[in-house]
Amino acid sequence: MSAIQFWTTIFIVLSFSVYIYIAWRSRVKETAGFYVAGQGIPTVANGAAVAADWMSAASFISMAGLIAFLGYDGAIYLMGWTGGYVLLALLLAPYLRKWGKFTVPEFVGDRYSELVRTIAAGAAILISFTYVVGQMRGGGIVFSRFLNLPVAGGVAVAAAIIFTYAVLGGMKGITWTQVAQYTVLIVAYLIPAFAIAQTITGFPIPQISFGSVLAELNALSIEFGLDSYTQPFTARPQIDVFLVTMSLMIGTAGLPHVIIRFYTTKSVRGARYSAFWALLFIALLYSTAPAVGAFAKFNILDGVGGTAVTELPEWVDSWEATGLVIVNPEVETIESISNNPADEADLTVDNDILVLANPEIAGLPAPVVGLVAAGGMAAAMSTAAGLLLVISSSASHDFYFRRVKKGHASESEKLLVGRLAMAGAVVIAVIGGINPPAFVAQVVAFAFGLGAASFFPTLVLGIFWKRCNAKGAAAGMSVGLLFTATYMIWSLYISPGSTVFNISPEGIGTIGALVNFAVAIIVSKSTEPPPEDLMELVENMRYPAVARRGGAPAGPTVDQAPESELGGA
Amino acid sequence: MSESKQPVAPDDEWREQYWKRNLRLMVGLLVVWFAASFGAGILFVERLNEIVIGDFPLGFWFAQQGSIYTFVVLILVYALRMDRLDEEFGVDERDAEGKRL
Repeated sequence: MSAIQFWTTIFIVLSFSVYIYIAWRSRVKETAGFYVAGQGIPTVANGAAVAADWMSAASFISMAGLIAFLGYDGAIYLMGWTGGYVLLALLLAPYLRKWGKFTVPEFVGDRYSELVRTIAAGAAILISFTYVVGQMRGGGIVFSRFLNLPVAGGVAVAAAIIFTYAVLGGMKGITWTQVAQYTVLIVAYLIPAFAIAQTITGFPIPQISFGSVLAELNALSIEFGLDSYTQPFTARPQIDVFLVTMSLMIGTAGLPHVIIRFYTTKSVRGARYSAFWALLFIALLYSTAPAVGAFAKFNILDGVGGTAVTELPEWVDSWEATGLVIVNPEVETIESISNNPADEADLTVDNDILVLANPEIAGLPAPVVGLVAAGGMAAAMSTAAGLLLVISSSASHDFYFRRVKKGHASESEKLLVGRLAMAGAVVIAVIGGINPPAFVAQVVAFAFGLGAASFFPTLVLGIFWKRCNAKGAAAGMSVGLLFTATYMIWSLYISPGSTVFNISPEGIGTIGALVNFAVAIIVSKSTEPPPEDLMELVENMRYPAVARRGGAPAGPTVDQAPESELGGA
Repeated sequence: MSESKQPVAPDDEWREQYWKRNLRLMVGLLVVWFAASFGAGILFVERLNEIVIGDFPLGFWFAQQGSIYTFVVLILVYALRMDRLDEEFGVDERDAEGKRL
């Protein structure tokens, strides 16, 4: 066993024991605790949990590598996956918290109709599946590299661990575990980043010091037949950069596993501050990632480029075993580098390994490498647990329990259905993780397009436009979803590579959202308005307090009214 | 700010005022959100890249660093300003002892 394997095993076993201990300590039996942790999580802790839930294997493992090869164009992920929190904080989180239900389908079910609820539950399941596939793949890569399993075996091991772990804790257990996972992943991300910044530039804060390698990086990139690093729109045309960024932002704001987290706060005010803490914690990693990407690219071009194949550094050898680093057998010195095997460059480096290999590439000691592996696992597992919870709650709570049993299922029956849904989800995720349609970050990007086209417009209209009715929402959501999914399938599988107006399948969600808005508004306008009492409920979402202090009451509380309508939740 | 008088208005008028001020704040912040990311980071990136500050081409910096910092500040400003607005209109959430939740 090498030193790296030894330290990886130590860190992974240690961190896993902590998570399982926390999940065990805070396990819950009642459904309120299971779904929204009894609404008693402090805002800072909730922010850290949101950040861990949010930052997936794609953020931790793939993003810096993607940025390294995309250069400027990597900004679509940086802006897209942070800017959505502004929309979430200003447009959705406080209002949904005031409404006070467990899941997104539940809100739209109350606000619109049971049909919309069913469509939303279906969309939540579809989106979470797409997303969870990426986590499996990420977890599998960590296992395959550090425990010497093939990627398929790694995926299976990751799935088994995540499954055991997700069944253990409800939302409360998951939330506190995610706080621990955030700590592990941010420490694991920042330590090597600071060390590399110090080694390369002599100044340890990567956000500031990566500027000093940009000019040299531009020159090296051109030398190796790549695009200049800071040059915009080399990988995607400007219109597509705009649309993909927008799609990722509004997709973020509409993702069910993120929104559900704002129900766990104590108050509407708490939801606003949770969004702030969450983005602050996320920004710590997201502002570091472009520096890591730039340094990694610099290290590879500077250290490997022009070197004889026989004299390549050790990390090339050890990663070649995973099939994620490929040295062209016909060359003697490395003169071209790519991230795409189809380019047949002298050296092919997969995006997904850059962060994991970075400490080795920079020659950091073995414990740091092990820590990074544990961080990658923390990122993949925290997100997968959150997603599996959404899948199982949508399937059992919104679908089976509401639609099939019409509210007449026992607690144990509900739990059984939830667990079966989770098991099914894991099996499909494993298959998807072994045969991913594209890079991890891209798999995730498709989930955002679907979220952007379905949830975001329906939620925003439901909160800000009282006149929006059930028919409008149902029509908007299904047309938006269908349009987006069709374009993605067409552009990816039926006629690979074809696009309309240069809009990539990742960017189509923005157009899908516009279609959803337009259809919902037109259909709502041409049908009857929603009932008065429902409009009054929507009005009441706007004011945080139940009653106005020193004035007239702010109206009936939202919590009570829908219950009386539906005959108890 | 906390000393301000309760707006003396018929029941629905305070609602309208509160909502209008909320929307005004929201739209203002969203304009900044758009300008920092889509404006400086995408639409005008090439022109801004001609300016180099501390080794960073400015457009590139906005796309990969500046926009993220702006987002964090925007949410903080929103949460703080909404605290004040809620208090002014008496719709802030308090527990039984009158402490803010």
